[in-house]
Amino acid sequence: MAIWLTKDSKVIVQGITGSEGSKHTKRMLAAGTNVVGGVNPRKAGTTVDFDGTSLPVFATVAEAIKETGADVSVIFVPPAFTKAAVVEAIEAEIPLAVVITEGVPVQDSAAFWALNLDRGQKTRIIGPNCPGIASPGASNAGIIPADITPAGRIGLVSKSGTLTYQMMYELRDIGFSTCVGIGGDPIIGTTHIDALKAFQDDPDTDAIVMIGEIGGDAEERAAEFIKANVTKPVVGYIAGFTAPPGKTMGHAGAIISGSAGTADAKKAALEAVGVKVGKTPSETARLMREVMS
Amino acid sequence: MDLFEYQGRDLFERHGLPVLGGGVAETPQEARAIAERLGGKVVVKAQVKVGGRGKAGGVKLADGADEAEARATDILGMDIKGHTVHKVMLAETADIKEEYYFSYLLDRANRTFLCIASVAGGMEIETVAEEQPDRVAKIAIDASKGVDEAKAREIVAAAQYPAEVAEQIVDIAVKLWQAFVAEDATLVEVNPLAKVGDGRVLLLDAKITLDENASFRHPDHEALVDQSAVDPLEQAAKAKNLNYVKLDGEVGIIGNGAGLVMSTLDVVAYAGEAHGGVKPANFLDIGGGASAQVMANGLEIVLGDPAVKSVFVNVFGGITACDAVANGIIQALALLAERGETVTKPLVVRLDGNNAEEGRAILDSANNPLVQRVDTMDGAAERAAELAAAGK
Repeated sequence: MAIWLTKDSKVIVQGITGSEGSKHTKRMLAAGTNVVGGVNPRKAGTTVDFDGTSLPVFATVAEAIKETGADVSVIFVPPAFTKAAVVEAIEAEIPLAVVITEGVPVQDSAAFWALNLDRGQKTRIIGPNCPGIASPGASNAGIIPADITPAGRIGLVSKSGTLTYQMMYELRDIGFSTCVGIGGDPIIGTTHIDALKAFQDDPDTDAIVMIGEIGGDAEERAAEFIKANVTKPVVGYIAGFTAPPGKTMGHAGAIISGSAGTADAKKAALEAVGVKVGKTPSETARLMREVMS
Repeated sequence: MDLFEYQGRDLFERHGLPVLGGGVAETPQEARAIAERLGGKVVVKAQVKVGGRGKAGGVKLADGADEAEARATDILGMDIKGHTVHKVMLAETADIKEEYYFSYLLDRANRTFLCIASVAGGMEIETVAEEQPDRVAKIAIDASKGVDEAKAREIVAAAQYPAEVAEQIVDIAVKLWQAFVAEDATLVEVNPLAKVGDGRVLLLDAKITLDENASFRHPDHEALVDQSAVDPLEQAAKAKNLNYVKLDGEVGIIGNGAGLVMSTLDVVAYAGEAHGGVKPANFLDIGGGASAQVMANGLEIVLGDPAVKSVFVNVFGGITACDAVANGIIQALALLAERGETVTKPLVVRLDGNNAEEGRAILDSANNPLVQRVDTMDGAAERAAELAAAGK
């Protein structure tokens, strides 16, 4: 078992005919993901062939759900069209929408999040600006490389893509239940706390790695949540100890504003609730190895 | 992107908000011309993106054009907390009776926007919030509804603005929200929002941050970029679509993925502690699909920084295979040689992940004396720091 994404998940791709969408649909299929179709109103009714797998293209998410029973949508549309794509997914009440797109205006993210709230949060949104979610050996929704690690009993939640891959690689002999890349934007749909809660409740996850970075106070709030709600061991890592204030470091959300959002504050908050925080990715992996031994 | 006050004033004026007449000058002569146009008393204000300019002597009153020119001469070129003053704003003066505070900002924690409103203006809102928390109102804005007249009344009531200015501030709150949305701002802060002698409420300062992710729908925002503050290397990197931030150390950094690169900076800084305090020279994320071309562009930028003494290329092959990255590095060095640039600084390369063995073999067989392969991130950071210290 895993959280949010299992071998039974039926995945559609919004933007399946675009270059990123088609490239990663092929990879998701190769990873064993049950991709059942795609959405592109201009190419509705056609099919797309991926190395012998022929997938239908639908006009809307609602139609795709009706025809295929899809319960996950992975969104690969350019930033200018992302809001409309996510709104469509929310209105179709798809249970999980994974928004890969980088560079989405924050007012657009705030708008689709507000809509999701108004409609009773029937859709779990992961991202934007994220690598997606992978349950090794079961399913892969997004761009996380599927062959880094086999299935195992560590849960991973991270703001960063490549640090996720790095951690999966370092601990590949132990394996992961689910790896969730929540994204590096200032407003994201799924938070560290959501993932911590799901991993705490998941009988197949024994311990959790949590990767954060400078900006905002999500890690501090996650620390409070861990203190009150998480009994499984958590190991943490924070990137950006040497980042200067006022500079955006790659991710739109990775910025120290005044004295807020520093890596030191996040590390201190996590350590105060008993989370072991590694100084480097490899030390973090070592700490998790000790937990799992 | 943070705007200067004068850019904020112009933006407010464009959106129909009440501001005082003003203009921006880069020379004392321009300042004189603006003062003549405005007539009478003016205030000359240093344009810097940092607080505390008043205390630093960057805000002066001037009676007439002669004095305005003289004050502009004093202020232009001043250093305020490390920021050189290249521009001054000249504005009409106001007979301020009361000062309030008003802002809209992004509320990351609640995934929406927030209005902060206070009857105590003209000082740091953080200070007010600490010393007189009951005088600071925080009102959540539903991003799907925004601020209409009813919401504006709720804000005005919560902030306890005096009755005689309430109607004006309701109007300002609505228009300011419209400007916030129309310009894709993440912060608009007015401090002070002031009641002046004739009873009008005016926006007397402007602190605005615009969302760079939204620049595709605001071609006009490009003109707001402060070219004098842009680092030439950052500018060159931007022209090549590279995500580069100049820092002040000696170890050039190239990596894939924002998180991994931030992490690389940290690991290099730790390693540098034992090597004369060398530090990372930059942040450079070449992204997922690092082709030889992208690698060459990245190397060119990083090596173009004279402070750089060694370069650490840190790649985790996720989607990109390490053999492609290794070929990219070798081809990039050849490309740079073709461009007539002799690379003399050592490169420490760490490849891990997808096809790492193949990638390492390619680097070994290329046998370039400048390229050193170290297979762990910590070890490679150590080596790059050591080489940078030796090259100092």
